[in-house]
Amino acid sequence: MNELQKKNLSNNLLTVTAWVCACLMFFPIFWMVLTSFKTELQAIAVPPKLVFKPTLENFFLIQERTSYTRYAWSSIVTSVGGTLLAMLIAIPAAYAMAFHPGRQTKGILLWMLSTKMLPAVGVLMPVYLICQKFGLLDTKIALVVIFALINLPIIMMMLFNYFREIPGEILEAARMDGATVGREVTQIVMPLSRGGIASTVLLSIVLLWNESFWSLNLTSSDAGTLVALVASFSSPEGLFWAKVSAVSTLACAPIVVLGWLTQKQLVQGLSFGAIK
Amino acid sequence: MASVTIDKVQKSFGEQVVLHDIELQIADGEFVVFVGPSGCGKSTLLRLIAGLETNNAGSISIDGQIVDNIAPSKRGVSMVFQSYALYPHMTVFNNMAFGLKQAGTPRAEIKKRVSHAADVLGLTSLLKRSPRALSGGQRQRVAIGRAIVREPRVFLFDEPLSNLDAALRNQTRLEIMRLHQRLGTTMIYVTHDQIEAMTLADRIVVLKDGRIEQSGSPQTLYHEPANLFVASFIGSPTMNFFKLTDLPDLVNRHTQSLKENTIIGVRPEHLSVTPDSRKGVTGNLELTENLGEYTLAHLITEQGTHFTAKVGRNSSDASTDMTKSLSFTVDDNNVHWFDPDSGLRLR
Repeated sequence: MNELQKKNLSNNLLTVTAWVCACLMFFPIFWMVLTSFKTELQAIAVPPKLVFKPTLENFFLIQERTSYTRYAWSSIVTSVGGTLLAMLIAIPAAYAMAFHPGRQTKGILLWMLSTKMLPAVGVLMPVYLICQKFGLLDTKIALVVIFALINLPIIMMMLFNYFREIPGEILEAARMDGATVGREVTQIVMPLSRGGIASTVLLSIVLLWNESFWSLNLTSSDAGTLVALVASFSSPEGLFWAKVSAVSTLACAPIVVLGWLTQKQLVQGLSFGAIK
Repeated sequence: MASVTIDKVQKSFGEQVVLHDIELQIADGEFVVFVGPSGCGKSTLLRLIAGLETNNAGSISIDGQIVDNIAPSKRGVSMVFQSYALYPHMTVFNNMAFGLKQAGTPRAEIKKRVSHAADVLGLTSLLKRSPRALSGGQRQRVAIGRAIVREPRVFLFDEPLSNLDAALRNQTRLEIMRLHQRLGTTMIYVTHDQIEAMTLADRIVVLKDGRIEQSGSPQTLYHEPANLFVASFIGSPTMNFFKLTDLPDLVNRHTQSLKENTIIGVRPEHLSVTPDSRKGVTGNLELTENLGEYTLAHLITEQGTHFTAKVGRNSSDASTDMTKSLSFTVDDNNVHWFDPDSGLRLR
């Protein structure tokens, strides 16, 4: 075997591996969607049925028994709201750190990011009690605030990296032109990193849409998100696979569609500005 | 238009002092070029005048008014950056209009001033383009246009030509000269290119290690360099430095007493080929560079001193046989003597 053949073989092997991994990752989603169109009996049939007559019965039942739209609305409000609130804090903060760094800037950034490594359950009690005291349990406001705070470190880090790609001379030119700090941010920095800001917003929305710890612990019926809706389908009488699959499909669908539409920005965001 | 006074200005970044007690007076309408090797503090000095850095001691005044605590945009100065620093997301028009908008200039006035500047710089047809769609030279002109529309008292240029190719550099240099002629505004220009410095400046300020080595007209710097550094920095190719033993004939003719290691400076253009090897300096040819108009001969003396000569500039040189060894006479009027210890010019 010569060099070229060897290279081709290893390339083919890599391609096959990639496909296997992709299929492994996609299979549960495929199975979930498939099961959502089965009847409960078909769902637990052994061996599993691949060919069957699809039914929409589960979806109707969910809309009948619960209010899917209310939960979906709650998911939208909290994930978008949390993201916007976090951006409101993170943009000025990242600007300051990127363009007016002090000796501790790197340390502070690292420390902020390190808070993401702590188990959230460690602060569940105090947060729960604070929410209770202020009557914020099961409200969207509480979730928006907490969502903003839990995503703040990663949003800061991403924006910091995007902002640092802007040449300092452009900001100096703006300063010579008499731009105030506010205008520097809104008229120069933000338009110049709009791609990065879009990626950050999208990634944050996706992360918050799927957030389960705080949604499950701090909400029930009033401010419950789609995550809470899915969880509510695990009842004491046992799991109804077809219905759980249907409700999970409904919970995933909006964010999958959003992800599909914006995959270019998302990939850029996930690679942390490494490729441009 | 304005004068600029730099009074005992000091600047350090942390422990490192980059400018030591700089004193400089720039007259109204003067074109001053700061020149020096990288790291000499020339850009820092410019940025201090711009207000992008703050001085640790001393003061800077523009037209008699101390500007140390005045924001960059309020100093009446405009700066052209090395990287052009155009706003990539704005059209050429908006790039030029940005500063005026910040100042709240009426829309009609903005339009008038931008179209006037565009007219002067030949940018009128490009006003709606984005900087991405422009060539390097055009971008540089937009950067200059952005500086012009603000009608500043002082123009600051930070190595504005270093990103352009050679042909464009010459052309843009001429445009800057024309601009200075037309506007008559005080201009301060930073470069490490001594040709730019020589051609543009009314006065050149040579900096080294945060200190002014010499400040004077291009002619003064060329003919009367204050010290070895200035002598070697100004002029291309650079000045030759000989030992006394390289030029016994010249030293014998010299009447004053000289220290043993005194250095003799002669520019390559002041060496003329002679058939008589006893008169001046003789060197073995190492290599030659033919530049068409003349040939640069790189030689080495018997004492091991390397030197360069321009050969073939006049008709008498034309027939020079570029063989192994060449002798040159030295023009007595164009010899520079330098003290070996201080490096200062003796005469």
